[in-house]
Amino acid sequence: MSLAEGVLQLIEDSARQQNFSKVNTVWLEIGELSGVEVEAMKFCFDAVTRDSVAQGARVEIIRLPGTGWCMACAVTVPMSEVFGECPHCGGHQMQVTGGTEMRLKELEVE
Amino acid sequence: MCITCGCGAGEVKIEGEAPDHEHEHVHADGTTHSHDHGHDHSHGHEHSHPHPHDHAHEHSEAAQHSHAPGVSNKRMVQIEQDILSKNNAYANENRQQLAEHGIFALNLVSSPGSGKTTLLCKTITLLGAQPLAVIEGDQQTSQDAQRIRATGAPAIQINTGKGCHLDAHMVGHAMGQLRLQEDSLLMIENVGNLVCPAAFDLGEAHKVVILSVTEGEDKPIKYPDMFRAASLMLLNKIDLLPYLDFDVAAAIAFARQVNPQIRVIQVSATSGAGMDEWLAFLRAGLTAAHNARHETVDQLKQKIAALEAQLQRT
Repeated sequence: MSLAEGVLQLIEDSARQQNFSKVNTVWLEIGELSGVEVEAMKFCFDAVTRDSVAQGARVEIIRLPGTGWCMACAVTVPMSEVFGECPHCGGHQMQVTGGTEMRLKELEVE
Repeated sequence: MCITCGCGAGEVKIEGEAPDHEHEHVHADGTTHSHDHGHDHSHGHEHSHPHPHDHAHEHSEAAQHSHAPGVSNKRMVQIEQDILSKNNAYANENRQQLAEHGIFALNLVSSPGSGKTTLLCKTITLLGAQPLAVIEGDQQTSQDAQRIRATGAPAIQINTGKGCHLDAHMVGHAMGQLRLQEDSLLMIENVGNLVCPAAFDLGEAHKVVILSVTEGEDKPIKYPDMFRAASLMLLNKIDLLPYLDFDVAAAIAFARQVNPQIRVIQVSATSGAGMDEWLAFLRAGLTAAHNARHETVDQLKQKIAALEAQLQRT
């Protein structure tokens, strides 16, 4: 819910700067490892945007894959969980390098 | 994060009052007085934060060249901003303020009932004369702040109402009210929750996650975000180990699986075991914060001296 409110704040700031009064579509980049429940985010977004410039806006989610750096193998590998193991060596000496994003990418407005 | 638990903002109260009102408050020494603490803190609402790229692209197919009257003028606006960027901007302000005063700040996180407040009270007693302050976060009541004040340390209670975590804006308000001392320790006890507080930076030096041995040893992999965000895990209530079948080695292995760098200290606030190591961690952090401030001051002095020399030459 706080995250959906964060999105709305960014949209409202942008509405003031860019002079728009209605948002049709919102594109969010959500990483696979960000811990965000996409369905919950959409539901909360509908709730918090009632009576705002973003009321009724469609939410498009761009999923970004999780990636990690295995310190033992010194390679970048895909990760689906933050405590995932390296597919090469099976170790857990992994540093998450991508997939934790939660970004408001762009809006279609009028 | 919060979207999974459905908590909301609003209803936030600091010491029983919504921020921005005159209020009465009780000091650690028991004196009660009333003062206004409106927006005299350093971050007004017109604070600076990363601005979006201000170039509106008009590349929506349906929207192109729709200049005819009566036709809606759709366009694309690039935002490219992190959803948590507002909170992060407040957190950076807090962090800068803390650094300027050489304050070592910790964000203590755990599930409810892990013994955070008891551990804090014990820590405060053991630290003796060390100047410190505490910010307590709970949904309701100021019971925890009262427990801290009973030890003689100044404490401020933030009630998050429906919220499940502290955010950097609330903490900034509370810091303003606490009038923190130079080179002091600031302990922020977050709302008992292993999910949402992981995502919200408060401006602290470290997140410290507290896991008690009465919980499951697999908590680090059940709530990996928190254990990944923390730099130290305190394994608390180890005096109870003889009565439980808690596997300490497994708990530590799970924590390292999520976060290979995490440091672990085993403590018991009741028996005092491991407290020396925890206090040593705090003292090392305090020294580092103090030195960093003096380094900055020394650097500034050197800069002034160099500039003055330059002025004299001209």
